[in-house]
Amino acid sequence: MARFTETVLVTGLNATDNPGPGVAVAQSLRDDPDFGGRIIGLAYDMLDPGHFLPDLFDASYLIPYPSGGREALFDRLAYIQEREHAGVLLPNLDSELPALMGQEAALGALGLRTFLPSRAQFDQRNKDRLGELRDKFGIPVPRSVNLVEVEGVYALHKLFPFPMVIKSPFYGATIVHNTDEAVHAFWSAAAQWGYPVIAQAYVEGEEVNVTALGDGRGGMVGAVAMKKMLLTDKGKGWAGVTIRDRGLLSLSEELLRVLSWRGPCEIEVRRDRQGAFHLLEINPRMPAWVDLCFGAGQNIPLATARLAAGEAVTSLPDYRVGAAFVRVSTNTLLTIEELETLSSAGERHGRRTS
Amino acid sequence: MELDLAISPSGFVFDPRTGATFSANPAARLLLEGMQEGEGLAALVARLQAHFEVGEADDLERDVLEFLRVLQDETLVPAERELEG
Repeated sequence: MARFTETVLVTGLNATDNPGPGVAVAQSLRDDPDFGGRIIGLAYDMLDPGHFLPDLFDASYLIPYPSGGREALFDRLAYIQEREHAGVLLPNLDSELPALMGQEAALGALGLRTFLPSRAQFDQRNKDRLGELRDKFGIPVPRSVNLVEVEGVYALHKLFPFPMVIKSPFYGATIVHNTDEAVHAFWSAAAQWGYPVIAQAYVEGEEVNVTALGDGRGGMVGAVAMKKMLLTDKGKGWAGVTIRDRGLLSLSEELLRVLSWRGPCEIEVRRDRQGAFHLLEINPRMPAWVDLCFGAGQNIPLATARLAAGEAVTSLPDYRVGAAFVRVSTNTLLTIEELETLSSAGERHGRRTS
Repeated sequence: MELDLAISPSGFVFDPRTGATFSANPAARLLLEGMQEGEGLAALVARLQAHFEVGEADDLERDVLEFLRVLQDETLVPAERELEG
């Protein structure tokens, strides 16, 4: 396959203890000899760590938060495109997708192409609708109920036993052991993220994850399975290793097929003591450990960029089991002038190549 | 007995299905290698006797079966599997 030389816009530069995937995406592109393009970072905060990785990014720009609306985002993208002339946009945060899905024409007018799910596909994997995958397609999803009033919490014990999981549609999950804890978790989730609040049967076992790339026609271009070896207190993987389990990859393939998923995603699954899998979540983007996929032999970020650019990528090679990563936390020293540049101009330029 | 493990000469053991890693001492590594080759209880005991100065076969059989239970607890070996004589 020919070398990929497009300039790529990459979001999600918040490589913090709750990391966005952008730095891992950029690393996967930069380290691949088949990539010869430029990488432009898009970030929301002046202190997002990706700004300060000049080995990876040729430039980075501040962009308005998704809550600022689509018009503000597209105005900023137009400004950036006048300078960078990128061909591909790889958005890496869930909250960015609603403003970008279905916007092929507007993005195309700016010279940008993406490889994203449709709005219907995106909505189908919402946490409060995952149960439909069980009912329609037989995907193993733990039983759940959507709650919009606290009264429902008091009847939960009739549906499934404690412990159970209380979660918001967007972020976070709390394991609760009795009704008092469930009520507390309900209000906490509702206050922070709104309704519905989801109560789900708890499945005991170990969590395993898959990064997969769907071609949008029901096919799976690539998939890499990983077990987290070390977790942060937020449950984020700080170290992990690639694994192989035929059942897990079959489940991933089946999911992409029934959803006709277009684009990358992260599939979160729990394996119980009997070895059966239970689907917990589908995140509609690459995870922050996606550079492990490249390390194991499947460059899913580059494949996504190629598909966005209209190239044919049918299937990635098999991956290496036992490839591992560990995240390293270090300090990068800055001058006040570097912060001033980002703060006043909202952009930084210049890649370090030696 | 099907045992899909990567076992290094140093005793580092990796389960490619779960991602779990273990450190095996020389006796454990010997038994794991024997199980991977499909050996039954008698062959595993003979393997131990050939490599170590050890006691009666009866005691060794108990030790091997106890080791099998440990492997089953760690889901490295299916719970229903038994060693054939």
